[in-house]
Amino acid sequence: MSTPSTREPAQRDEEHQHGPGDAGALSKHQPPSLADSMHGSLPRWAGAAAAGLAVLVAAALLAVTGLHVALAVIVGVVVGVAAFVIASRAVEGERAATDRFVTALVTVAFVVALLPLLSVVWTTVSRGAARFDVAFFTQSMSGIVGEGGGAYHAIMGTLIITGLATLISVPIGTMTAIYLVEYGGDNKLSKVVTFLVDVMTGIPSIVAGLFSLALFTLIFGPGLRLGIMGAIALSVLMIPIVVRAVEEMLRIVPARLRESAYALGVPKWRTIVKVVLPTAASGIASGIVIAIARVMGETAPLLVTVGLTSATNFNPFDGRMPVLPVFAYYQIITPGIPPQAFIDRAWTSALVLILFVMVLNVAARVLAKALAPKTR
Amino acid sequence: MSRQIDVSDLDIYYGSFLAVEKVTMEIKPRSITALIGPSGCGKSTFLRSLNRMHEVIPGARVEGKVVLDGQDLYGPGVDPVAVRRSVGMVFQNPNPFPTMSIYDNVLAGMRLNNKRMKRADADEVVEQSLRGANLWNEVKDRLDRPGAGLSGGQQQRLCIARAIAVQPQVLLMDEPCSALDPISTLAIEDLMGELKKEYTIVIVTHNMQQASRVSDRTGFFNIEGTGKPGKLVEMDATDTIFSNPSVKATEDYVSGRFG
Repeated sequence: MSTPSTREPAQRDEEHQHGPGDAGALSKHQPPSLADSMHGSLPRWAGAAAAGLAVLVAAALLAVTGLHVALAVIVGVVVGVAAFVIASRAVEGERAATDRFVTALVTVAFVVALLPLLSVVWTTVSRGAARFDVAFFTQSMSGIVGEGGGAYHAIMGTLIITGLATLISVPIGTMTAIYLVEYGGDNKLSKVVTFLVDVMTGIPSIVAGLFSLALFTLIFGPGLRLGIMGAIALSVLMIPIVVRAVEEMLRIVPARLRESAYALGVPKWRTIVKVVLPTAASGIASGIVIAIARVMGETAPLLVTVGLTSATNFNPFDGRMPVLPVFAYYQIITPGIPPQAFIDRAWTSALVLILFVMVLNVAARVLAKALAPKTR
Repeated sequence: MSRQIDVSDLDIYYGSFLAVEKVTMEIKPRSITALIGPSGCGKSTFLRSLNRMHEVIPGARVEGKVVLDGQDLYGPGVDPVAVRRSVGMVFQNPNPFPTMSIYDNVLAGMRLNNKRMKRADADEVVEQSLRGANLWNEVKDRLDRPGAGLSGGQQQRLCIARAIAVQPQVLLMDEPCSALDPISTLAIEDLMGELKKEYTIVIVTHNMQQASRVSDRTGFFNIEGTGKPGKLVEMDATDTIFSNPSVKATEDYVSGRFG
């Protein structure tokens, strides 16, 4: 019944366009015959050729005129895209040329977006390789003043503090999300919570660090540096991410699954635990792992809460605890003489952090795949 | 297992909106009762009120009585969860639990309620229920496969098996065939004929041939206009409704002269 009524406006539009008044317009808008619209097409290597041309032009400009690199590249890209579009217009016609132009723009934007990423990875790998050795993973900085040593203490600290933050954030975040999706509905409390979560995802990370610092200073007095303080600071950053991720996953669990569980006489809480959560498990797990990766490299909040030592500390409730980002920061900001050993250690720390994040992201994918509901 | 349902003066509200007004109906045991009527006339809402499923929607409530086997379903102290254990439901779209195997889907009513069962008893329930749903021969060799891997019609029969595994007294079916092809529909209609030997069945359908084929009694719901409550216009033996109804609106609807 609804189909004809939704079609009506479109029909009216057509009638309007081709009303009896403008018969001339009607004949003018005769669609071209298929033969007229036939065009050749550029060979498949045309895109690559255009890219090659861009590189050539840029290289030539660099060699001949000594232009600044960035400027030369921009000119090269403009020339390449222009040549590509003009060739397309000549061979393929107007519409295809527009298509090619937009394709070229999107491709250029993609490359521009990728450049900083590749640059970061390349710089970190090439400079971090120098100290990417066994000692880096097995020795602390205890008693080291110049070359040698490692980040064993900082790696352990990062793992312990991130692990603690996860232990705190995942239950709180998951249950908050369950409340929002399953119980809150549209009530005042869930609106307030949603708003606060939105705000919290945007707070600067140093604020989280200062919050934790202030909290412990209020309770235990000033001057304290503990691993648990860092974990709490990271939790403040992590909880909203977890809430968001879990909330989204719970919302896409179809309502009819909940209904069919209710219809079997299953109470609501058991439906959530045994039907909703397992169905969403894959997304929840990968969301949590991404949240861990996101807070693992935080520097500012840990700088003010856990400090740094050169020895390994396994106890988050007693004394300062070294972590990778803070370690890297101090290595590069207060190097000894000669500074190279310190700078190398800083780069390797950065490399290890990136590797951690990469491993976590891969783990997220594997988990998502392993937990996803199967159909065969 | 089979019980009579007596509905008297039932009003169903969503918030302050009266969706269904003053329904009085007697649903006979060991029979199939079909509910027909145009979209939005409240027949699904009424069906869902028979096992308090409509309460899942915030703000939904009823006034009036639904008496199953002498017990008012809306009486004080009656737990909706307990009601749903004795009044099962099959939905429009087949919805087996995607995380469970065929075997576990059939046992979902027990497993989700943490009922401990011996393996042999569980096997027995699974076979009985799947045989009851005419699905046993098709899936007996792949009980450990995911339920979501079956065809639509098989999934719907799996859902029926799941519903009868908890041995309800009444089975409610909300357009159980509208998402299925004619062959699967036929399989489910045959199944209903089998099931009515043991269960009281209430089915909502848009397919009048289906209502006339499977049901013993038919109730016609109608709505006077948008925003007005749906009402039970007429209820009688299915033959009477389709051949000689006493209300003009019923005749118009079953003969296709409406709207």
